[in-house]
Amino acid sequence: MAETAGIVFIVMGLFFDLFGCLGLVRLPDIYNRLQAATKCVTFGTCSIMFGVFLMKGFNATGFKALLIILFLVLTSPVAAHALARAAHISGVKLWRGSVIDRYEEDKGKKE
Amino acid sequence: MRSKMVRAALCFLVWLGLTYPPHWESAVVGLAASVFVAALTGSMFIQRPHLLGHPGRYFWFLIYVLVVVWECFKANIEVAFLVAHPKVPIRPGIVKVKTSLRSDTGLTVLANSITLTPGTLTVDVDRENGVLFVHWIKVASGDIEKATQAIVARFERILLKIFE
Repeated sequence: MAETAGIVFIVMGLFFDLFGCLGLVRLPDIYNRLQAATKCVTFGTCSIMFGVFLMKGFNATGFKALLIILFLVLTSPVAAHALARAAHISGVKLWRGSVIDRYEEDKGKKE
Repeated sequence: MRSKMVRAALCFLVWLGLTYPPHWESAVVGLAASVFVAALTGSMFIQRPHLLGHPGRYFWFLIYVLVVVWECFKANIEVAFLVAHPKVPIRPGIVKVKTSLRSDTGLTVLANSITLTPGTLTVDVDRENGVLFVHWIKVASGDIEKATQAIVARFERILLKIFE
């Protein structure tokens, strides 16, 4: 039973990872690509790790899988945030189809 | 002092997880290492240790984790649909949202949850005014109130109970 549930989670994780990578190729600018690259892939990888935990149970491998989930969830959004902020500050423009940029407006006001 | 003890305990727990079948030799080394790290870092990370003693906050934290996982799952499917769609129908943009959270931990967790939910990515935080700048892959409305309602409201209600 746990074996089957683990495989279901791993397949779901692979599915999300696949769409994350597809997004990395298909979406237009750095901000949109970060969305796909960091989130779908985080969720997918966490799902794979949870599947591994379900299949292995409470032993050395299972605990390490849980710890990987914990640290991935803590660090991945911070990295995405830092990359996006650095890109915006160093002047990378949004894709031409973007509808709004409140951050740019506010930066203009401060200067 | 109390915050140092809490951090030493946390470090030790992570160590025990990493070296799982517990063994007294590795436990002793881990204990020494976690006390050393806790002593070095001072009270940098845990500034309000008295909050750790409230059981209600842990209960709400558990509910919060479930809410975030569910939102993540829903939003992941949405983004997968956007990406797989032959025309990639996105409307990206950076919107401004308000928050009433003020504590460092609360703001960090809120920003991270927004980033973890696909479709939205926190670009910058303005702590003085309680404003977050969020890159949204499919902007529904550039209005501050409406964007706040759509992005922040679902997390904020629970976070206020945990961190404030």
